[in-house]
Amino acid sequence: MAAVTLLSTKGLTKQYAGLTAVSNVDFELPAGQIRALIGPNGAGKSTFVGMLSGRIESTSGTVRFDNRDITTLPAHRRIAAGMAYTFQITSIFSALSVHENVALAARRASSRAVNRRVTDALDRVNMTDRQKHIASDLSYGHQRLLEIAMGLVQQPKLFILDEPTQGLSTSEIESFIQLIKSLAGDTTILLIEHNMDVVMAAADYITVLNFGEVLAEGTVEEIRNNQEVQRAYLGTSHA
Amino acid sequence: MEFGPHFLLASLEGAVNAAVLALMAVGLSIVFGIMRVVNVAHGEFFMLGAVLAWWISSLVGAHPAYGFVVALIAAPLIVGAIAALADHFVLRRINYDPERTIVATIGLLYVLQQTTLMTFGPEARPVEAPFNKRIALPWFEKTAEGFSMYWPWGLGTTTYKLAVIAAAAVILIGLWIFMTRSRIGLIMRATQLDSEMALAYGIPVDRVYALVFGMGAAIAALAAVLVVPIQQAHYLMGHDPLLLSFIVVIIGGLGSIPGTIVAAILIGMSDGIISVFFSPTVAKILATLLVAFVLIFRPQGLFGKRVA
Amino acid sequence: MIEQIRTSLFHLLLIAALAGLYFILPEYHSGVLARVMVLAVYAMGYNLLFGYTGLLSLGHALFFAAGMYGLGMAMQHLDLSSSLGILAGLITALIVSAVIGFLALRTSGVAFMIVTLMFAQAGYLTILWAGEYTRGDEGFVIQQSQRVLSGIDLSDAGNRYFAALVLFAICLFIIGWIVCSGFGKTLVAIRENEERARMLGYNVQRHKWLAVIASGVISGAAGAAYALLFGYVGATFATVQYSIFPLLYVLLGGAGTTIGPLIGTVFMFYLIDFSSELTNAYLLVAGVALILLTLFAPQGLAGELRKRVMPWLP
Repeated sequence: MAAVTLLSTKGLTKQYAGLTAVSNVDFELPAGQIRALIGPNGAGKSTFVGMLSGRIESTSGTVRFDNRDITTLPAHRRIAAGMAYTFQITSIFSALSVHENVALAARRASSRAVNRRVTDALDRVNMTDRQKHIASDLSYGHQRLLEIAMGLVQQPKLFILDEPTQGLSTSEIESFIQLIKSLAGDTTILLIEHNMDVVMAAADYITVLNFGEVLAEGTVEEIRNNQEVQRAYLGTSHA
Repeated sequence: MEFGPHFLLASLEGAVNAAVLALMAVGLSIVFGIMRVVNVAHGEFFMLGAVLAWWISSLVGAHPAYGFVVALIAAPLIVGAIAALADHFVLRRINYDPERTIVATIGLLYVLQQTTLMTFGPEARPVEAPFNKRIALPWFEKTAEGFSMYWPWGLGTTTYKLAVIAAAAVILIGLWIFMTRSRIGLIMRATQLDSEMALAYGIPVDRVYALVFGMGAAIAALAAVLVVPIQQAHYLMGHDPLLLSFIVVIIGGLGSIPGTIVAAILIGMSDGIISVFFSPTVAKILATLLVAFVLIFRPQGLFGKRVA
Repeated sequence: MIEQIRTSLFHLLLIAALAGLYFILPEYHSGVLARVMVLAVYAMGYNLLFGYTGLLSLGHALFFAAGMYGLGMAMQHLDLSSSLGILAGLITALIVSAVIGFLALRTSGVAFMIVTLMFAQAGYLTILWAGEYTRGDEGFVIQQSQRVLSGIDLSDAGNRYFAALVLFAICLFIIGWIVCSGFGKTLVAIRENEERARMLGYNVQRHKWLAVIASGVISGAAGAAYALLFGYVGATFATVQYSIFPLLYVLLGGAGTTIGPLIGTVFMFYLIDFSSELTNAYLLVAGVALILLTLFAPQGLAGELRKRVMPWLP
């Protein structure tokens, strides 16, 4: 794999009124990789990703993306620089049509051939027949897929997926894994995920956070056999 | 008059303002604090209180004191009941959505104000004070033989104005005890903290809201009955107190009763003092701008603590 | 593209109908309609911010008054011509809305409503305070001899009607174009889900600011036109009441529709006109309407129309 680093952090830290949620994290994500970010509840995953996407301001440390220091950039400019972000709790324009939801994402990236790109993105999640539906009328699983289409249509360099399979059925999860795998090579993916089956099936490489620090990093195989990781997980309700 | 006596006079007038304003603003603040809605019709409840005071005291006839006492009890009750009805038939139905509530209470403002215009008429009408003895106040002067006391012409107040200040203080203390010590007060505060939880514990949140909305309006009406012997009743009299109590509630920190009272004293006093020395228009311009800038740069109010 | 053409066609038909009405209506009603069209422009400016962007301002009278006084003061004290007066009104509205927008947009929701209310109140009081120049509550009259625009006498009823129609048409097309553009769709996105819009990479703050400015300038254009067409500039137009009127028109007509403001203004104007013949407490109608609308028809007339029969309504 080409070892060009797309995203990296140095000493990234977040403190809330004396409580350290993320502590001194050094992180490197090479272009083209599918990386999973895992860890027990309260390990600081959401805070860490919030600092990457700019939704949360960091206390100290730097974030570099695509050879630029983006530490001080507001969220919308990071997205415009080539990140796409899907929310942990589905966040779509529920009163607007499926087409308009995706078109809003497409238009920001470029005003060219919006309709064709929207159709292409919806095609990848198998939702072309639902273009005219109002988003709030969709099933929960389709709303999640819609959100992924809104990310895809931006053709991001980095696609951050915050717990994308939460609340999906087993068959929906199966097709989600296929979808992620089909993106390999096109884009870099950072996947925050609770479901270990998804992580094991889809990720190239795994970073484990615990108590706001990086506990371990490695391939699926290495993480599976890591004693410390097992202990961290067994110490909580997650097995 | 020289500066000293003039200043004392202005402070006394300011204290009366502050007393009435504190009552008005606390009414608004309780409603916002517990129900999280802004009641734009609050000034009209004040106006209704004054108009009802005139109506009741002219009905009772007899000695002005009787009419006044009846008004002091009846006007707040009637106004409170009207407000509770408005809560039941309007605000509850729009689920206390903050923005729609403002629009609906603007509607309520016009309905109350214009109905008063149709029935009570456009005139300003006086209500006689139950007692009103003039008190001259002394001032000190430094002469060759040291300080001496004299009575400057025009420096004085009335027993009634002093009574208004005292009454407002008593009502505010009573309200404080009611909110912190009584069972109903406790229920109100529980609803403020978490209305869904309160509902789960069997507190009839709907009725609490109607009660709170009625109580806020009743306090405004009470303030109006107190002030009407000094000010006269008029259908447009709710406008300025509404603006001022907005200013007070925002500067004191939305929903904080002690902050509201401190701000009321500050604004009431300074409004009295400033308007003696400056044009009242400039004072109002500065006050409205102050509110805007406090909301923009210090939304927790000048006296509130920042919530993380 | 189809959407853009359909919208323009629909608006063209509406304007043709309004032009035709002048020849059908009795004089009194065409006079009313001229005033209604100017006020509808005010409501359209308001609707851009409230209906499309989802920001509820209680201080738009400040923008209306900025246009009105910008024109009035320039013509009265600087002896400028009508066309330069209009320019002065538009620039004043532009500056005022840019500054107010920049400050007020640091807040949201109820705080935004109160901040805009307070700024407008401060503006109204400033007009009173500067009474030496503005003539305060009393206001001043723009002389008939001055109310001429490129040779056309605007105090003539017929000219006035068509001048109002031209203004209305220009603003309707501008709004129609904004609404169909990517910018307009982004405003709707912000109204629907601000955080999602931000996380799609849109600069939400900047879009909102531009929306306040566009809304303020259109409102200011209405204020300037009102002064020029009806020859009077007064502090009444800066009061809270004039901030509430466009809210009322838009709520009644249908927020977030291009023709809602006109429908709402026509209905409300006639309702108030009718009731003021019966009683001096004519604002009672406004109050009752506000309460009934929030309770039963938050979408307004055009909104209900769109929901039930014409889903394509822009």
